[in-house]
Amino acid sequence: MSRIFAYIVHKAGVADDSALELAAAARIIDPSASLTALVMGSGPELDKVCAALPNTYAEIWKASNESLAYPNAELVRQALVKILPSGSIVLVAHEHFGIDLAPGLSVRMNAACVSDVSGIEGLNGSSLKVVRQEFGGQVSAHVACDISSGAVITFRPGAFKPVETAAANGTVIDKSSEVGVLAAKRRYLETVVAEAGDVDITKHAVLVSIGRGIQEKDNVAMAEELAEALGAAVSCSRPVVDAKWLEKSRQVGTSGKTVKPKVYLACGISGAFQHLAGIKGKPFIIAINKNPKAPIFQVADVGIVDDLLEFLPEFTNKVREMHSLSTK
Amino acid sequence: MEILVCVRRVPDTSENEIALNAAGNDIERDDLVYSINEWDNYAVEEALQIAARVGGSVTVVTVGGEDDEEILRREMAMGATHGVLISDGAFAGSDARGIATILRAFVQKGKYDLILTGVQAEDGGALVGGMLAAMLDYPFASLVNSIEVLDGKTLKISREIAGGNKEVNQIDLPCVLSIQTGINEPRYVGMRGIRQVASIPIPTLGVSELNLDPQLVGLAAAKVQRVDYFTPALGKGAEMLQGSREEIVDKLFELVAAKGGLK
Repeated sequence: MSRIFAYIVHKAGVADDSALELAAAARIIDPSASLTALVMGSGPELDKVCAALPNTYAEIWKASNESLAYPNAELVRQALVKILPSGSIVLVAHEHFGIDLAPGLSVRMNAACVSDVSGIEGLNGSSLKVVRQEFGGQVSAHVACDISSGAVITFRPGAFKPVETAAANGTVIDKSSEVGVLAAKRRYLETVVAEAGDVDITKHAVLVSIGRGIQEKDNVAMAEELAEALGAAVSCSRPVVDAKWLEKSRQVGTSGKTVKPKVYLACGISGAFQHLAGIKGKPFIIAINKNPKAPIFQVADVGIVDDLLEFLPEFTNKVREMHSLSTK
Repeated sequence: MEILVCVRRVPDTSENEIALNAAGNDIERDDLVYSINEWDNYAVEEALQIAARVGGSVTVVTVGGEDDEEILRREMAMGATHGVLISDGAFAGSDARGIATILRAFVQKGKYDLILTGVQAEDGGALVGGMLAAMLDYPFASLVNSIEVLDGKTLKISREIAGGNKEVNQIDLPCVLSIQTGINEPRYVGMRGIRQVASIPIPTLGVSELNLDPQLVGLAAAKVQRVDYFTPALGKGAEMLQGSREEIVDKLFELVAAKGGLK
């Protein structure tokens, strides 16, 4: 069994949650594997990240380099190719950095590559069987990956729960001198922070959230009317923003906002992982969808199979009627 | 600017309920509605808008079978100049690495300044674009949600990162970019537009035209293979409200009130 490496994404001196999740995944692949963390960066922040990892990883390979101060996947790939032994298994989180890094790294390592893994079935010889979701989570697939000449595997954030570990008593090993000079054809310029928007959906206790099932821009008013009657805000899933029916600031999900409401009405939302990952704090989820097989029904507390465009106005009328009775 | 867009025809998740077949080893493919992969359609629109701004041509290419020609026609009706079908029995069972190997051979036969793919396909893993870039030794950026042509040698691009923030980069040409949905508003294609391009020839290229070593592609070369499909159990499942719509509305109102969802 090859040594398993986990690439540690970090920011401002703090390792991402994936640092522990990848270790959990590695232990499922091979409980006896020796785990090595790969930490690239520069300055005191890099040492701070490394100092937090010895309880989880047996070795922490750090590479300090001015040009790695911001994680540019092309530079990180060059550095990794220089320091990784052939046949390595490299794990990385399936987020914007891992998506940039993994495919090209696997080509350079001449290793197998499988992405967005949400489960591990087991290792049989050099065949690793994993689980991936496809078609927006409507079905899952078992995928076999030949790791005999190494592998780069990206893992779905949140899919693997960090496990309490005995202290790995890890040691930090400085690999900076092996990295040498790095040069990229892509250069980081700046990060532009998302605009706040007119309504802060993260502050609302009740969200009427709409997805592709709302069908057209004119129908957004139905959700706004219900939200008004409930004293709620309207939020949405990605397709509604892509279609420019609502502002980006209304989007719930990994590329939008993380919300913590008490009640979440998912209206015409299929329930893709990227959307569900933005809903925290275990709200009471009500799903209304005309497709009885929509993944949202597996995570919702209450489900209604109906035509959204007919159901919403009736429910709005009910809320208004009860409200006017109670205020008379 | 000469732009290549790599596209795929996939089952349309907005038109179909994707379910397992009776044998439980694949999705039910009878009566599926197929369309262009949504991300790829945004990539083609972006290519057309860039070509309109700075000049040049847009070529759409797919690796598949003869059924896949329909999406090439559709994208040509949007305005793509050329369509190319790459098809050969030797390609069956290729993994992402195999597809990237096939596309590399095609790219090396021409001269493209910019290569676009969608970020991912409905049944894919966001891999082909990044692999293709590494094979060509071109720079790569994923999750791209804006492109500005600075000059003939560089682009200013932004990538979608967590929380709706954007990471802005400069990237040298030639390069490969994977395009995120929402980057633009893809134009509508009517039946009339598709009829207008119906007679434009679409060349089909295979192993020999691409001078490809068949050992590098197809099932035998694939290190990654799908074994089967199954239906995941994500949670305990919702309590489904039954009855007439009026009864359901009443019941839902009670539930929302009980959970503190009323103002």
